[in-house]
Amino acid sequence: MSDSPPTTKLPAQSPPVDPAETEVAGHKASAGTARLSWWHGDGGDGARRNLALIGVLLILFVIGAATRSDLYSNPDWVWANMLSILKLASVVGVVTVGMTFVIIGGGIDLSVGAIVALAGVWCTTVATQSFGAAGMIFTAIVVGMAVGLVNGTLIAYGRLVPFIATLAMLVAARGLAAEISDKQTQISQNSTINGIASNSLLGIPLLVYILAAVVIAGWVLLNRTTFGRRTVAVGGNPEAARLAGINVKLHTVLLYVLSGLCCGIAAIMLTAQATSAQAAMANLYELDAIAAVIIGGTLLSGGRGTIVGSLLGVIIFATITNLFAINGLSTEAQNMVKGGIIVAAVLIQQVQFGSLSQFFRRNNRLTTS
Amino acid sequence: MSETGRPLVEAPADAVAGEVVLRLSDVVKTFPGVRALDGVQLEVRAGEVHCLLGQNGAGKSTLIKVLAGVHRPDSGLVEWRGQPVSFANPQAAMRAGIATIYQELDLVEDLSVAENAFLGHEPRSLGFIRRGHMARRTRQILGRLGHAEIPPGRMVRALPAAGKQVVSMARALSHEARLIIMDEPSAVLAHDEVDNLFRIVRELTAQGIAVIYISHRLEEIREIGDRVTVLKDGRTTAANLPARDTPTRDLVSRMTGRTIEYVFPERSADTTVGEKLLEVDGLTRSGEFADVSLTVAAGEIVGIAGLVGSGRSEVLETIYGARRAESGTVRMAGKALRPGSVGAAVRAGLGMAPEERKSQALLLGEPIYRNVTLATFARYARLGFTDIGKERAEADRIAESLEMRPRDVNRPVRTLSGGNQQKVVVGRWLLGGTRLLLLDEPTRGVDVGARAELYQVIRELAAQGVGVLLVSSEVPEVLGLADRVLVMREGRVVRTAPAAELDESTVLDLVMSGSLMEGAAA
Ligand SMILES: Nc1ncnc2c1ncn2[C@@H]1O[C@H](COP(=O)(O)OP(=O)(O)OP(=O)(O)O)[C@@H](O)[C@H]1O
Ligand SMILES: [Mg+2]
Repeated sequence: MSDSPPTTKLPAQSPPVDPAETEVAGHKASAGTARLSWWHGDGGDGARRNLALIGVLLILFVIGAATRSDLYSNPDWVWANMLSILKLASVVGVVTVGMTFVIIGGGIDLSVGAIVALAGVWCTTVATQSFGAAGMIFTAIVVGMAVGLVNGTLIAYGRLVPFIATLAMLVAARGLAAEISDKQTQISQNSTINGIASNSLLGIPLLVYILAAVVIAGWVLLNRTTFGRRTVAVGGNPEAARLAGINVKLHTVLLYVLSGLCCGIAAIMLTAQATSAQAAMANLYELDAIAAVIIGGTLLSGGRGTIVGSLLGVIIFATITNLFAINGLSTEAQNMVKGGIIVAAVLIQQVQFGSLSQFFRRNNRLTTS
Repeated sequence: MSETGRPLVEAPADAVAGEVVLRLSDVVKTFPGVRALDGVQLEVRAGEVHCLLGQNGAGKSTLIKVLAGVHRPDSGLVEWRGQPVSFANPQAAMRAGIATIYQELDLVEDLSVAENAFLGHEPRSLGFIRRGHMARRTRQILGRLGHAEIPPGRMVRALPAAGKQVVSMARALSHEARLIIMDEPSAVLAHDEVDNLFRIVRELTAQGIAVIYISHRLEEIREIGDRVTVLKDGRTTAANLPARDTPTRDLVSRMTGRTIEYVFPERSADTTVGEKLLEVDGLTRSGEFADVSLTVAAGEIVGIAGLVGSGRSEVLETIYGARRAESGTVRMAGKALRPGSVGAAVRAGLGMAPEERKSQALLLGEPIYRNVTLATFARYARLGFTDIGKERAEADRIAESLEMRPRDVNRPVRTLSGGNQQKVVVGRWLLGGTRLLLLDEPTRGVDVGARAELYQVIRELAAQGVGVLLVSSEVPEVLGLADRVLVMREGRVVRTAPAAELDESTVLDLVMSGSLMEGAAA
């Protein structure tokens, strides 16, 4: 045993025999690529996907410019059109922020459209309108959060599957909305509320400000707070979260309450846009929101996702709608394109960029027996 | 053909013992930012047990994943039975005769034992799965594995950890294999199970089947191995050493670049312990354990020895509030803990590193630091806003003291080697603020060097007044680390004694009897 290194007594920190060799191999290799590591590494996953989504938006813009070059030659029109796309995206966008939290937390909320309708109808009853704009906003938000509380309680403590619980709520909430409104369209008489949709500040519609505020609040909540951290933990591995001392059930309830809150805000926005509310409003918003979340790269199984991705998903959908509208095409064709985009987004998620580049590399180099 | 007379695995008729079946030269495999394999040489002969040794993160699992068709090498040559090969996927490797038992169990929890054993190659006729035949073959394989009591129709989810390990062995044996790779198969097995495993390995090699065996336990390698190849930082540092005759210090120094003399830190002369911290009285959960009473004083390390399925883990989880006791009380520093509430336990200063790191402890896609601070991030937060800088610094400290590698705490835990993931699980509770540490198999898959570090850290914590309750299948670990030892059998404490009064064979005698399913069935 002439070659054995000097004996050191553990656990005293012993100087390695050959410092160059004990350095983790990867650290040496990574030095050169350190700056790009966010791109290649896992941390850049969300950023990479969001860049891809921005690429999709650019492509849609080019398609628009190519098909209606007459309109796109006017910069003022392009600006106005972009604002109208954002305005179009604003209501679903707010709902999608809440949905993103629920899905990252390992659940799903099929009742969002119904909650928007219920909150919209409740806040436009004659009795509620008599309390003025503040009363209407308060009502919409409280109704939204209350329905979310019921959803969350059924799921966390009643142990219902989220899909079932919120599906039942979808039916029930729309039923209640029809009951309250007596199946009538309720006109909003409140000029402050209606003004939310018609007014602008510095040339930008108020609705877009609301969307921006909700998105920024959502981003901060997810990425900078303990609430966001718990959401990722609860969705990623509920058992691990529980054994780390996180109150998984309570947090699950809070996630659905948050989704309800977003629906309440969206209800005000949508009521303002239509200057009225009815039980059939916000129809199929749940599908738009879920689709946007999926396109945005949030895992349906929970534990990972981004607010920015979801926002981009919503904007992509609104842009497609806009593209079809300015070209005077049917909504049927539009729905088919949207469906195709959802499938494409999920396929891209499965064939991840990393494995794709690996795939190309190995096919260049290796021979298969 | 008689069912019982059939060999465990259909040995290929042309298997010749001693012939080189597998040869790797200069195999390189990189992941983003990590050179996991950096020129590996390996030669495996038919009928031998070839052991792979190396520290956590040395590249052992990556190497076997290359062989199993999970990863493809960036460069280098893999020769299988004289032909250069590159398996496109795991199925291709299996068809070629390479079966693998992975370090991280890869079973489908909601399928039955038999369905898992034959996953991907179910016996069929006319497109229908021959269920009866499949169940019979499974029962036969399980019988040969010494676990006839596991019903082929049972959902895998309902099995204890060791039972799952048996099923994944059954899966590897359900193939007609010339090479069977076992990545730390003994990590989740108790003593008698390991004997069983070795009996099977000997049966396999007697038929000319080659076995690649990975373990951090040197005594196992001495017992079962023929030749040893040592990896360090992705490179072969020694090849084809004789497994029985190579001195331990030689093996260890080639693995780690240094020599390890004392695995267990010496006890300090001062053996006085503080006041009673944890008092458990008459704890019972029917079918799991009954009437368990124990105390842990501040600064004391109490070990629980027992077989897998003897109720040890369940006792720990019940103390921690993850399970609700049917009767009995848990008191922490004199105050009763609310039963069934992990939150209350954590607030009272308890921390538990659970048995199964993947399913019970880790967020695999999240960075290391967020996993280390999973139980404490709220403590560093201000007004609900997390302090990521502080979290990273704390995680860095833990990574340093447990020799985690790579040291970069921003990496997702998924990309860590098994042993390093284990360090994350234990490290979570070493951040401070824990008054009583519950450790369930804390060194599972951790290499010799890091194990010594971990023992030292645990001793230091105890010296600072933290109480430790330790569960381990490794009797030497319990005896070497604990001040006092409880022996459990079939859900009951059968003996409590100072560690100094017990030796390994006494404990083993007390522990034995009772099988895997008896403890878990109810
Ligand atoms: N998918 C991956 N992505 C990035 N890095 C990886 C990946 N898999 C493994 N690595 C890295 O490759 C190196 C070798 O890991 P490997 O799992 O082969 O170690 P090991 O020898 O099996 O260790 P252990 O004894 O802890 O199981 C480690 O540094 C690990 O972090
Ligand atoms: Mg490994």
